Amino acid sequence: MAGEKAVSETVLVVGGGMSGVTAAVEIAEVGYDVIIVEKRPYLGGRVVQLYQYFPKLCPPLCGMEINYRRIKSNPRIKVFTLAEVQGISGQEGNFDVTIKINPRYVNTNCTACGKCVDACPIERPSEFDYGLGNTKAIYLPYEMSFPMKYVIDDKYCDKCGKCVEACPYNAIDLNEAPKDFTVKVASIVWATGWRPYDATKMDNLGFGQYKNVITNVMMERLAAPNGPTKGKIVRPSDNGSIESVAFVQCAGSRDENHLPFCSAICCLASMKQATYVREQYPTAKIYIFYIDLRPFGRFEEFYNRVKQDENVFFIKGKVAKVTENPNTKKITVEAEDILSGVKTRKEVDLVVLATGMEPTTRGEKLPFEAMCDDLGFLVSDLQRPGIYPAGCVRMPMDVMTCVKDATAAALKAIQSIVRR
Amino acid sequence: MEKKIGVYICTGCGIGDSLDIERLSKVATEEFNVPICKTHAFLCGEEGLRLIKEDINKEGVNTVLIAGCSPRVNWDVFNFGTNIIVERANIREMVVWSHPPGEDTQELAEDYLRMGIARAEKVEIPEGYMPEEEYNKTILVVGGGISGMTAALEAAKANYQVVIVEKQAKLGGWAAKWAKQFPKHPPYQMLEDTGISSKIKEVEANSNIKVYTSTTVKKVEGQPGAFNVILSQNGKEEGIKVGSIILATGWKPYDPTRLEHLGYGRCSNVITNIQMEEMAAEGRITRPSDGRPAESVVFIQCAGQRDPEHLPYCSSVCCLVSLKQAMYVRERNPNAKVYIIYRDMRTPGQYEMFYKKAQDDENIFLTKGDIVGVTEDGDKSVIVEVDNTLLGEKISIKADLVVLATGMVSTLEGIPNTIEEVYAQYGLTGEEEVAKIKEVIASKPQPWEGVLNLDYRQGPEVPFLQSSSLKKLSDFPDSNFICFPYESRRTGIYVAGCVRQPMDMDAAIKDATGAALKAIQCMELESRGRTVHPRSLDLSYPIFFLQRCTQCKRCTMECPFSALEEDEKGTPKPNLFRCRRCGICMGACPERIIGFKDYNVDIISSMIKAINVPYEDEEPKFRILCFACENDAYPALDMAGINHLSYDVSLRVIPVRCLGSVNMVFISDALSRGIDGILLLGCVLGDDYQCHFVRGSELANYRLGKVGETLQRLALEAERVHMEQVTITDYYKLPKIINEFVEKVKEIGANPFKGF
Repeated sequence: MAGEKAVSETVLVVGGGMSGVTAAVEIAEVGYDVIIVEKRPYLGGRVVQLYQYFPKLCPPLCGMEINYRRIKSNPRIKVFTLAEVQGISGQEGNFDVTIKINPRYVNTNCTACGKCVDACPIERPSEFDYGLGNTKAIYLPYEMSFPMKYVIDDKYCDKCGKCVEACPYNAIDLNEAPKDFTVKVASIVWATGWRPYDATKMDNLGFGQYKNVITNVMMERLAAPNGPTKGKIVRPSDNGSIESVAFVQCAGSRDENHLPFCSAICCLASMKQATYVREQYPTAKIYIFYIDLRPFGRFEEFYNRVKQDENVFFIKGKVAKVTENPNTKKITVEAEDILSGVKTRKEVDLVVLATGMEPTTRGEKLPFEAMCDDLGFLVSDLQRPGIYPAGCVRMPMDVMTCVKDATAAALKAIQSIVRR
Repeated sequence: MEKKIGVYICTGCGIGDSLDIERLSKVATEEFNVPICKTHAFLCGEEGLRLIKEDINKEGVNTVLIAGCSPRVNWDVFNFGTNIIVERANIREMVVWSHPPGEDTQELAEDYLRMGIARAEKVEIPEGYMPEEEYNKTILVVGGGISGMTAALEAAKANYQVVIVEKQAKLGGWAAKWAKQFPKHPPYQMLEDTGISSKIKEVEANSNIKVYTSTTVKKVEGQPGAFNVILSQNGKEEGIKVGSIILATGWKPYDPTRLEHLGYGRCSNVITNIQMEEMAAEGRITRPSDGRPAESVVFIQCAGQRDPEHLPYCSSVCCLVSLKQAMYVRERNPNAKVYIIYRDMRTPGQYEMFYKKAQDDENIFLTKGDIVGVTEDGDKSVIVEVDNTLLGEKISIKADLVVLATGMVSTLEGIPNTIEEVYAQYGLTGEEEVAKIKEVIASKPQPWEGVLNLDYRQGPEVPFLQSSSLKKLSDFPDSNFICFPYESRRTGIYVAGCVRQPMDMDAAIKDATGAALKAIQCMELESRGRTVHPRSLDLSYPIFFLQRCTQCKRCTMECPFSALEEDEKGTPKPNLFRCRRCGICMGACPERIIGFKDYNVDIISSMIKAINVPYEDEEPKFRILCFACENDAYPALDMAGINHLSYDVSLRVIPVRCLGSVNMVFISDALSRGIDGILLLGCVLGDDYQCHFVRGSELANYRLGKVGETLQRLALEAERVHMEQVTITDYYKLPKIINEFVEKVKEIGANPFKGF
């Protein structure tokens, strides 16, 4: 690259979650063009599925609304949802990137009026709610979806055409086909984030076997006002109220058979979720089983706040077994209390597995020669020039750190343009 | 600009089914004599847009009012270029989607159209605030440690000029003292070089970077793009001009003399992790008492940390530092024994693999435990007694050396960052006369050593959050630190590294790189006449008609960003490159002399006046005005509409930039026109505030506390004006909040001013 000016002045951001959206707006506000490619039908990633952030207990959509407005007011940003990067060739300053757009089956005519939903006869489990609720096969991902357009899940749609008839705006095309196109970019921010570790892989923890064993990401949907229970935290087995909850920390994390690393945020997430339960159930008891509590840095203060609640109990011990009483559907959690040396058993209404963050790059084939560590994370300073990983695809991190990481990647991406 | 307004009413999305569109059109054509008013069943479609574009091209329409969906959607579709004003009347989400068809809903839609036209008539296109002199684009980095050097290098690599100011005689900061750093690369088991010396060389060789060592910042005045900075180098002063500032002054170690209970100062072989690092860098690990190599070393974690008597927080890196230092000991001596006594091992992310390596070393013994005693025996060995261990018993370890894992304290600790704290340092209250305050402050040398020493109305440093438990130990910068961690209340000044939060070197490098981006971005946006976060790209700016200023100083005191200085008399002197366009000054001003071209007292008062207040009916029809923060409350109202949640139909919503921009004159205007009640919907305030302008909702709440006087003058009940804090996802609570307020107003009764 030395001595040459970049051919393109555009940055490609792959991933439209907190990290990707941040990188995109930060780059565009400096004055460069940005293309965001997001696999899902909407922006916002995993954070918009959360009820609240720690430590402020505030809604993620608050900050996301500002970021969406930054996108809306900036013509330099182009957003492609339902899009995937197929191939990358060329080098820093002059990459050719092939992007595939999967069909939404709903075009820009959509006004989000919602008539199609009334007409659609088919239901599907909602991915947004981690399967805890259903939507129609044509659906709006969430109230603040960006773009504010409906989408059809072609895994469930049988093309009956009822939505097409119901739509007054000719916005639905059931025969839409995938499209490919190529763009030229100077640099790439890879911010494809994480996915929750598959809890069914831990056969001792009962997930998938017992309905009242859920994961931490599902707990967020249970607590969210736009979730499947409209924010009421209930036992999934009977929608009944809750007297006790056990949180199982490091569920599959710090474990050589699963994720050997620590996901950095699960301790704080469980403490936060304890506050969700406590707010709804003034007498409920919370048991948090942990190996080490890791509310790093200033977050210690949040831990201290939660610890003051006399109904929240922290028990140092790794959960060995989880069993269900088939009659009451209550769950017994068994662990050794390391401090007292005795075996503890707690029978609870709900068990929340604090499952970790698995990088989306783990075990996946990427469209470029990526330098991943054994754990699946992209190593930030070992990638080929012009490709910059940002956020949880690089290491597990909290939201604030993702924003900082993405802002850093934004500058690196700009350097690829101005480098001479 | 001579305005020609075109009103376009969309009848799609259920609007036409719910409303009498002909009657609605008459509001535009007959009440307001708008020259063009058209309807279409699908205005955002190709044909609808063509209709509007034709009127722009052929009829000379230059101000378009779309009555249809919320301004939060189809912003891109209804964009006809920078010369065409586009206004929106939200009759979809806020009318037909949240109210059943009927006369009341029709009246609601008509009022929104009236308010929209009133706004369209008054709004002007803002042209951006351009600097009078050339906008300076040099970055000042204060602090020459890992964060400062990184920020400087990364900005320099993007072709910006940078000045680094470092207090010490050499660049490098603390990390220059480290022997090694803990692993950053797979398989995350090997100690790595810190890379500091090569970084120093890189900085020194970069022609875009100028380095001042043994230098401090004596004073910063001015604003982004035109900061005048006075540097002090060995008593010699030098003035420089810069455009933006990165504060990266880092940390200092916690004072170990306060850790006598852990043996420090009492036992000669008890040292801190800093001393350990310095020894390792010198190539030895020995006992201070006799210089003999240490055969056994105990690390005491959280020394003076996670402790209300000392540092209440965790310094994030000390577990890793002790593991690293354990490796130093083990690499040097295969027989040496290491004991690490911790409360919780905190090795997040991939660092867990490093912890794993230590666990696999049988000469490193790790246990949770509480330190109950640290004493010294005859040969100066240290006896550490530990209770509540994982072995289930109290243990006693005899060691050659004990290392206290002490924490990091921000270099801002103890430095006043607000004007109130400055006054307190001089025994002033701030109520004194300006001349008196100046005299007292000038009479003695500044009792503290500042970092930036900003010559700002509201204090000399970047304001930091100070939660009750952290007290003077500065917390995150006063900002919405989760979503927007680089923002602070001082525009153009960005904070990076351990000065704001304990972090490791990798995190500091990322943090500093991000801060460099923000410093660059601020200069690029502002030099093009645009503002920075959270109204990024906005071209409008506040205009002051100072002829009518009464020097009440409310604006200069209330601006959360200290954008307004004062002259001798107290007249505001705007520094518009510090301004974030929130309009809080506009809300503060009792003389109504502050406003924006597209957002001012006249526009909002006209919208209020446009609301039709019926008074002839026997059954009084109530009218409630709602000021809703456009960042959170307004989207929440939209989402109530999307979910078809219904609430009282008497509510008329005016979106505001921030609740802090609501001028109390709006309240008296509305009440004297016969509006029955006023509801203010703003962001959460307090310690965990959500206001995007930090203080806006808090100020609105404060001002409302004083509105009673106005109401008394009008002989109206105080309960007619009410503020609620709502979050963006509280949409499902809104019907209850609104209905309860309306019910309360109905109980009080109709406003007696109706009809006057």
